[in-house]
Amino acid sequence: MPIIRAEGLSKTYRVADKQPGLLGTLRHFVARRSRDVPAVSEVSFAIEPGEIVGFLGPNGAGKTTTLKMLSGLIHPSAGTVEVAGCVPFRRQGRFLRQISLVMGQKQQLIWDLPPLDSLRVNAAVYGIEDAEAHRRIQELADMLELGDELTRPVRKLSLGERMKAELLAALLHRPAVLFLDEPTLGLDVNAQARVRRFLADINRRTGTTVLLTSHYMGDITALCPRVLLIHQGHLFFDGRLDALTERLTPCREVRLELAEPQPAAAFAPFGALESLEGRRVRLLIPQEQLTGAVARLLAMFAVLDLEVSEPPIEELIGRLFQQGVVG
Amino acid sequence: MSRHHGPDRSLRHAVRLARVLLSSQYALMLEFRAEIVLWALSGVLPLIMLGLWSGTGVASIPGFTPQRLVHYFLAAFVVRQFTIVWVIHAFEEDALQGRLSPALLQPLNPFWRYLAAHVSEQATRLPFVLAIVALVALVHPAALWWPTPAGLLLALLATHLAFLVRFVIQSALTMLCFWSERAAALERLLLIPYLFLSGLVAPLEAFPEPMRSFALNTPFPWMVWFPAQLLSGGTVPVARGFGVLAAWGLLFLPIAVLLWRAGLRRYSAMGA
Repeated sequence: MPIIRAEGLSKTYRVADKQPGLLGTLRHFVARRSRDVPAVSEVSFAIEPGEIVGFLGPNGAGKTTTLKMLSGLIHPSAGTVEVAGCVPFRRQGRFLRQISLVMGQKQQLIWDLPPLDSLRVNAAVYGIEDAEAHRRIQELADMLELGDELTRPVRKLSLGERMKAELLAALLHRPAVLFLDEPTLGLDVNAQARVRRFLADINRRTGTTVLLTSHYMGDITALCPRVLLIHQGHLFFDGRLDALTERLTPCREVRLELAEPQPAAAFAPFGALESLEGRRVRLLIPQEQLTGAVARLLAMFAVLDLEVSEPPIEELIGRLFQQGVVG
Repeated sequence: MSRHHGPDRSLRHAVRLARVLLSSQYALMLEFRAEIVLWALSGVLPLIMLGLWSGTGVASIPGFTPQRLVHYFLAAFVVRQFTIVWVIHAFEEDALQGRLSPALLQPLNPFWRYLAAHVSEQATRLPFVLAIVALVALVHPAALWWPTPAGLLLALLATHLAFLVRFVIQSALTMLCFWSERAAALERLLLIPYLFLSGLVAPLEAFPEPMRSFALNTPFPWMVWFPAQLLSGGTVPVARGFGVLAAWGLLFLPIAVLLWRAGLRRYSAMGA
């Protein structure tokens, strides 16, 4: 039986409509105008207990709005939603005790106090006895490699340390469902890897269901066997990540700094030229041609610097929609 | 996860929650001790008014000798310090900055946190208030008096009740943050009648009769004048005072609850 079930879930926001300039400002002051903006349209999916599902889509696609509806923060405009046997927006205690939402750019920890103070409050809010809370904090801190960071004011922690402390706070009450909105945003590569390891570990040990949005393909590939792909509020893909990867032309981003500027045509044989600014070149090259293409690039041009990376997920998905592969 | 069954466990849970919330908020307030000194100093309006009234106006206030007036304004200063409410400003900022969402995801109404923050702030404020009173006594020894035990007890009760009623009324206004991003402006508007009708600028006895009758039909004088008169040994209708305060509280509590429920339906988790 699914632990998360959404049927025809929709959300429309009413937003103020103001024209620029003094005239627009005066008009807006006298007679406010607003318009309806659909953020999520008839999204349906079901997630079984213990699954880790990646929620993909470009900025403004409706990922965060969906997470807010699933966690009960906002009311859907239409459709039905059920999480852990409850209707989220009713915000019953039984529901709130079974979920947690971690937002990469927002914190629940009290900014000016050490994380331990917030954890004490959380333990009291969720009715976890002191000894049990202490044991859980110790266990999660070990998994997250957190030590004296828990006794330093949150404002003095690095972004990575803060995110780990946030995860600890979010999991103290052992939620059945964990929603994560960009949990690795802004973290360095090592911190990203630690967070991914921790999430995989928690899922394996406790069977926590995880639904996460991320801009980093690394998060998705490391954690999510299944992905949901949303674009302009519509769900376009729901299935295994490898099935999606087959649809995406797997490619790598190659950034070059050349000794001499070259014409755009010179790069046509290697892949798609994304940008050319003086001596700086950005190419997208299919993965299976990468080794050969890089070798030829190095042989053909005087290269001062070369960097190979995954293209941003937004770009890949954008291409996907441009090519009409999905839909 | 431990669940709570039965009144004993629920009470134990509530007591522990209150203790932890108060201690964490107190720790937070101590981080801002310099700011709290400034807040305490910014509440000296009754002491300024004391200076103004003690010059010429005392003779025109029925039942007030110069010394009674000093006692009244000093008592009003103390009462004011423990009835300050700022929940609308904190809530508005939290809603705009996206800090409200994490609080909404916990099985505890966020207003309990705001209440704990206010009570902790009062505890932090206490030593500074005592220091200011001591300073006034040093400069003007005749300003000190010993309230009767009954007067002190009633004044304490009235001050706490006044604070709670102000908190409930402002919480009801706070819910308008769900409809307007600048609901705190309404509180600033209400500050004007509060300042003039509460007894902060003059004891109610100084008002002309129609004005006094009008004021007594508002909640404002019962929030400062009533407890200040109890503390300074003045004559006030005790039963009516507590009754009026309770009535205003009971009127606004369901309004706050209904607006909260309606507001949550509109909440769009802005900034989060």
